[in-house]
Amino acid sequence: MWAFIHKLGSPKWFYGISAKLQPWFWVAAVLLIVSGSLWGLAFAPADYQQGNSFRIIYVHVPAAFLAQSIFISMAVSGLVFMVWKIKVADMAAAMMAPLGAAMTFVALFSGAVWGVPTWGTWWMWDARLTSMLILLFLYLGVIALRGAFTSRDSASRAASVLAMVGVINIPIIKYSVDWWYTLHQPASFTLTSRPTMPTEMWLPLVIMVLGFYSFFIALTLMRTRSEILRREASKRWVHDLIKAQVEEAR
Amino acid sequence: MSLCLQARQLSCERDDRSLFKGLDLDIRSGEIVRIEGPNGSGKTTLLKILSGQLRDYQGELFWNGVAMRDAQEQFLANLLYLGHAPGIKSGLSALENLAWYQSLSGESGSESERLDALESVGLAGFEDVPAGQLSAGQQRRIALARLTLTPRALWVLDEPFTAIDRQGVADLERQLVVHAEAGGCVLVTTHHELTASPLLRRIALG
Amino acid sequence: MHSSLQGSSHSSSDSPSGYRQATRMPAPSVTLRVHKGGLMVAVKATLMRDVTLLIRRRGEVLNPLVFFALVITLFPIAISPDPELLAVIAPGLLWVAALLAALLSLDSLFRSDYDDGSLEQLLLAPQPLAALSLAKVAVHWLLTGLPLALMAPLLGIMLALPAGSYAVLALSLALGTASLSLIGAIGAALTVGLARGGVLLSLLVLPLYIPVLIFGAGAVQAAIVGDGVSAHLAILGALLAAALMLAPWAIAASLRISING
Repeated sequence: MWAFIHKLGSPKWFYGISAKLQPWFWVAAVLLIVSGSLWGLAFAPADYQQGNSFRIIYVHVPAAFLAQSIFISMAVSGLVFMVWKIKVADMAAAMMAPLGAAMTFVALFSGAVWGVPTWGTWWMWDARLTSMLILLFLYLGVIALRGAFTSRDSASRAASVLAMVGVINIPIIKYSVDWWYTLHQPASFTLTSRPTMPTEMWLPLVIMVLGFYSFFIALTLMRTRSEILRREASKRWVHDLIKAQVEEAR
Repeated sequence: MSLCLQARQLSCERDDRSLFKGLDLDIRSGEIVRIEGPNGSGKTTLLKILSGQLRDYQGELFWNGVAMRDAQEQFLANLLYLGHAPGIKSGLSALENLAWYQSLSGESGSESERLDALESVGLAGFEDVPAGQLSAGQQRRIALARLTLTPRALWVLDEPFTAIDRQGVADLERQLVVHAEAGGCVLVTTHHELTASPLLRRIALG
Repeated sequence: MHSSLQGSSHSSSDSPSGYRQATRMPAPSVTLRVHKGGLMVAVKATLMRDVTLLIRRRGEVLNPLVFFALVITLFPIAISPDPELLAVIAPGLLWVAALLAALLSLDSLFRSDYDDGSLEQLLLAPQPLAALSLAKVAVHWLLTGLPLALMAPLLGIMLALPAGSYAVLALSLALGTASLSLIGAIGAALTVGLARGGVLLSLLVLPLYIPVLIFGAGAVQAAIVGDGVSAHLAILGALLAAALMLAPWAIAASLRISING
């Protein structure tokens, strides 16, 4: 177990293993997202209340899932970095943050678009959308804090602490926003809480969620790999690697 | 009584810049150890590591043979560190500043001890003046009064001669020697040339 | 070499610098100290020190209060002087304005200690840093949060806050600002090493303030409509308990990061 953690901690080892994993996740992501959207957008039946506008959940729900999961994985990476001083964990956390913020934005934007036919307005203070908006601010805080330090080591630690503080707060924020929403009751129905959904509606949704997760893993692997090269540019193994690739190209 | 602070294979890397590598140090009672090196060679960083502030290093530290992470509290109880900034609150008087430093280690101390310590650094008559109204050199003298007020075995001093007049420098230098002779230990960086002494040892960085 | 040092030291005892102890006392032999607690002494001294400092610089205590009053004055001017309308929005306005006033003073919580080097010394005390930073946060609440809570009913009158909710307003603010000070101190500790950390501090801390705001303003609203307020206050208390348990560790970790910026 320990040996494994430390092996994982070595950027060189991670660079090698991620090269093997990455293509599989890309293939899975493309297959799942293409089939999920075709099924969801073209073949799944229209909703009896909302008609075709409900189909936006095939983007909204996976994005919202991912937005929360990425924050949690960012905090876990931060914890791993702080406790075991594994630098790859921090590189991955740094690469996840912008992706998480983007997913949060996608979730917010798709929610707003769905609001036009349903509520007749671009923005409603719906509990889910409000929590998402706060999550977006949390992401922006982590990104801004990381950018504010001149020393990268300090930036990494500060961002890790903030991500951990944030992740403890997310359930509290979510719970209090839900409570606040039920107290004020502004809108009658929300995007995703429906009593029953027929199989041909939710199955494409599951496929889309899986596709989004594969996409996230593939993209994070790819970005972490380039971050490894950037941060380890002065290391011997990177020089050897580049030399070998140049030779190969000849 | 003897004390020793040991470092084994100490390396520090800040933002991919290696400051020092594979450093072995043995600092014992009765020594004045001067860390030397050009600007940016990591003198302050080394002092911060050796005083337990910076934990971002490779290698091992031992305090009297015990690994540093297990000896943290006992180590800190015997450490007196003076950094670049004197650590003196401008809104408090010299006496109040010293009282806080005494209490930090868990002892309340007495007013007469503090008055004596201030007198010893030539600040008699300035006890109740807010430190903000004193000169930079006088503020540093308040910080130096801690050397007598709160006796500690290990002194880690980062540029202690800054802003001190010539007479003060000579006196402080003598105080370092007396401390080492009594079995204490001094770790110092300075651009000021220390008078040669059998107790003085130099460690070059960079 | 050494004897010459001793020789010159005699002449210095009557020198203007008066640096005498090196010769006056025949240096007592240095002994190793055994650390034996004394945490309460250190915490009490840190509390007293920060209270003294803040009381001597009275402006730092008064500024958040004046800011609170000013912001509350802006709203009737910007919206409408109509008491009925103001009464509806008063609980939220008072809470938001108090929250911003408390936030405003957070940046200075560790700033001066960082600048003059006493933060380093605080880290090197043979005491748990979490306990010492908790003492500093307690002073911040005592001289910022508590005065804001006591002043809020006065501003409530100006916003035509319905009768019967004044005590709840003060109580919810007193409880809530304690959590705000604790959470905010994490942000202050993270940004103290940055030259211009003020705006970034608000960006980090405000999203984390939302639960406190919801239940704090909710308590006042519940008091107005005549619902029970004990649930709100209990949740505010629970948030405070959680913050008390977790925040000091995060503050201590953040200070250690910042000191080595």
